[in-house]
Amino acid sequence: ENVDPQKTAFLLRKAWTLYSVTPLYRFRRARLRDYARLLSAFIAAEKQKGLAVEVGVELDIKVTVSSLADLVGSEQDQAAVLVQLSLRSGASSRNSEDKLVWSGWFCSVYGDDLSENVPEDFTCLPLFLTHGAESYTSMVGSWFQKTFDCCFRRLAISPLNLSWMVAMWAGCQLDRAASAVELVFSVPRLSQPLDISYAIHPEDAKALWDTVQKTPGEVTQEEVDVFMDCLYAHFHRHFKIHLSAAKLVKISTAVASAHCDGIVKILHSQYLSGVLMLLTELAVSQIQ
Amino acid sequence: HIATSLPLPSERDHLRPRIDLIVFMIDIKSKYSLRNVEASLAYVDASFFLGKVCFLVTGVGRVNACSIDTNAVCKLGETYCSPVLFCELELEGIRVVTAQRLVRMLQICAGHIPGVSALSFVSLMRNSDDD
Repeated sequence: ENVDPQKTAFLLRKAWTLYSVTPLYRFRRARLRDYARLLSAFIAAEKQKGLAVEVGVELDIKVTVSSLADLVGSEQDQAAVLVQLSLRSGASSRNSEDKLVWSGWFCSVYGDDLSENVPEDFTCLPLFLTHGAESYTSMVGSWFQKTFDCCFRRLAISPLNLSWMVAMWAGCQLDRAASAVELVFSVPRLSQPLDISYAIHPEDAKALWDTVQKTPGEVTQEEVDVFMDCLYAHFHRHFKIHLSAAKLVKISTAVASAHCDGIVKILHSQYLSGVLMLLTELAVSQIQ
Repeated sequence: HIATSLPLPSERDHLRPRIDLIVFMIDIKSKYSLRNVEASLAYVDASFFLGKVCFLVTGVGRVNACSIDTNAVCKLGETYCSPVLFCELELEGIRVVTAQRLVRMLQICAGHIPGVSALSFVSLMRNSDDD
């Protein structure tokens, strides 16, 4: 992994909301500063229209748009694009620090399935991750949609995909002591909603995955099924409850956690690329 | 007749009418339902797999709640030479159409349609493989 940990530190331990984005038309990397200016003007105009985040307070939003060359997988991947919104502090330009209020970044890690098939003039960055108020997300999204003729959609994660994530990430080798592997299930059709949390010691989970996985580096649906069936069987033996009939809504490992509403937290830089590759794949399949 | 799993309880065997069609229902949101169907298939006499079995996958409208790999269900259909139907029971239109299809299949399996028998289903499936 030749990812510079300093540059990507901002990604870790934040809850990112996921979107899929269709390819951007005529996006020019040389014009990032222009885009920042235009987006800033757009946001100021939106606020004038009365769609301000905080009414009655004079806010000056500073926009920066930058390129992150480190976050790529294959040679065909475009470098990630980071958009940050900060509150300019105070009326005067004193040197007190600007407060970061919203971040969003576009990326593609092994998104070749999509980028292979688009015409020239289109930039493929199918995964969009946001952190911050929904109102800012909506403004930034609108500007990108109007400027680059693209389309954003929330990326939900199905229980099937969550089970892939927990199997793969529980099997990751980590240097430091890892936190427990947790699966949260929601039980349907009850008068009172019931959530079941199933926590497993990380070493036990990794040991189980190691016995299941046949080829290192390759994961098959059968292997994920066996892994999950073992967890379900163990739970049933003790509690007589069939977790396989419930809905898996959230998984958490030392590498990353993911919620079915499309919210992800990356906890460890070591497997950042692998996590982003999986998420890029989900985004690409939602687009296609 | 509706059952949650097979085999059917033996006490009522003598009262039960002839079974013409078995529809195995798999809920795409429940892995348990797939495992249940897989286990129940073992209790079905081989003669049923000549067109008198079909798999009905429900809940397909909610792709984001999918807990089952649909390839696995299609493979199940191929293994048992039986058609796999997909539907969404929460939508009334689709519910009605699916029910009509099943009743039509049942009429054929029960021998009520002259000139067509349950074996037609098997040969239809074979043709699509050869293409």
